[in-house]
Amino acid sequence: MSKSKKMTLSKKQNLTGWVFLAPGAFLIFIMSFVPMFRALLLSFKSGVGANMKWSGISNYVRMFQDTVFVQSIKNTFFYLIIQVPVMLILALVLASILNNKDLRFKGLFRTMIFLPCATSLVAYAIIFRSLFANNGLVNLILVNLGILDQPYAFLTNTTSARIVIIIALLWRWTGYNMVFYLSGLQNIEYSVYEAAKIDGASAVQSFFKITVPLLKPTILLTAIMSTNGTLQLFDESVNLTSGGPANTSITMSHYIYDMSFKYVPNFGYAAAMSFLILVLVAVLAFLQMKVGDKRD
Amino acid sequence: MTKVRKIGMYVFLCIVSFISVFPLYWMVSAATNKSADVISGRLIPGGYFMENLNNLLASQNIGRAFGNSFKYAAILTIASLLVSSLAGYGFEIFHDKGKDLLMSIILLAMMVPFVATMIPLFQMCSKAGWLNTTIGFILPTISTPFLIMMFRQSARSFPHDIMEAARIDGLSEIRIFFQMFIPTMRSTYAAAMTITFMNAWNSYLWPKVIMTDSASQTMPMVVANLTEGYVTDYGMLMLAVLICTLPTAVVFFCLQNAFAEGITGAVK
Repeated sequence: MSKSKKMTLSKKQNLTGWVFLAPGAFLIFIMSFVPMFRALLLSFKSGVGANMKWSGISNYVRMFQDTVFVQSIKNTFFYLIIQVPVMLILALVLASILNNKDLRFKGLFRTMIFLPCATSLVAYAIIFRSLFANNGLVNLILVNLGILDQPYAFLTNTTSARIVIIIALLWRWTGYNMVFYLSGLQNIEYSVYEAAKIDGASAVQSFFKITVPLLKPTILLTAIMSTNGTLQLFDESVNLTSGGPANTSITMSHYIYDMSFKYVPNFGYAAAMSFLILVLVAVLAFLQMKVGDKRD
Repeated sequence: MTKVRKIGMYVFLCIVSFISVFPLYWMVSAATNKSADVISGRLIPGGYFMENLNNLLASQNIGRAFGNSFKYAAILTIASLLVSSLAGYGFEIFHDKGKDLLMSIILLAMMVPFVATMIPLFQMCSKAGWLNTTIGFILPTISTPFLIMMFRQSARSFPHDIMEAARIDGLSEIRIFFQMFIPTMRSTYAAAMTITFMNAWNSYLWPKVIMTDSASQTMPMVVANLTEGYVTDYGMLMLAVLICTLPTAVVFFCLQNAFAEGITGAVK
């Protein structure tokens, strides 16, 4: 009898668990997975507003003939390939310096480098837009120092516009990633470093032989998160360069937004483009996890 | 450590810190100066704050946008903490094979980019009449895999014997959650609160999609509107940016450690 009572008790508990998690799980299904499948269906239709018709893979074909979209893929990958590695290496170096026991004012340095995370994405994009404007502070300093003869139009020249976006991204996110590494470093016994030092290892050697291997799971995580974030860049492209000049710094998300809500709405085509981002996120995360596993 | 290397380290940290802080200092100083002074490179705070404020109030309904943003962010934070912590608690305390499987499916949702769900979500909100409403703003992000994972992780450290004792005393499961779990996990809630509030306050793409009416616009949207047009009043613009940054800066300074724990918390 006591056994059967226990059974019902565990059954009851099991049910209680489902009740607890039901609202959260349900919301994720109807707010993430259901819309995702509806977007997939939508990507095979075309038309305006409510007049959507099945059109097979025509949206996917159109996507690769659309020069602006191809440009936006190139731009996004340009940001990804340059910004993510530079940022992660810089964050890693900063974290290992700040992990040094003899360092003074550690908290102050940490707070200052982490501070850009307190700004909203729109806010920092506008600050950088103003700093790099034709009449902005950067031009003023460069002209006064004699490096430039006249103000350079950073935001309306293709290469410099892209570089300004990368600089802004580095400014905003390096401290964020550094915090991940600092928290990962706390799990490494400091005595390991001291032992390495006694054995004659240089700082550079301990960085590559201790810090990097032991932080590998954290590095993998930050790499996946930054890749994911970069593939979805929107606020910076809209507010810093407005995608310009002539769409040469526009990101994929920015173009998808314009296609859905700014121009004559073409939801089918926009959904097809957004699905490409989904596939890219999944493929890149998978590749990074593969590479992350291999080095073990 | 040699002396040269030590000095080199401090110099490097000082340069990085300066670059990190300077744009924010410039924002504050520009907010108190006349646009012409900002353009001529004045870097010390001036006395033009009130004029900038009056110009800003005259050009945009900043008060309304600030109120909207605050309302959306506060309601989202409360709803999100409740729903996600209930789910995280349910997944961990009552875990079994089925729930673990469901949890790994939910984690996959982290990989779904927002743009890929944005159009169907917009269609849903527009059909349901949720455009320009708080419910429309909060629904897609009330429950996030990240927060569920974070609360699931912290529920692991919730002592089982105390729970058993409470059950024997006849406390219902829901009361154990509200009267014992929530108070014990205060630091996790603080971390979750900072991260959710900041994300909600800063969100831009989703409000831009569903807040079609200017009366429902959020603070970041209104600030972005200010950059449209040919002549930029830098003093006024930077004041708007400053006001937009203030709530998150306050949260950041009061709860810096909770914030750091919040972004890294689910990973440990």
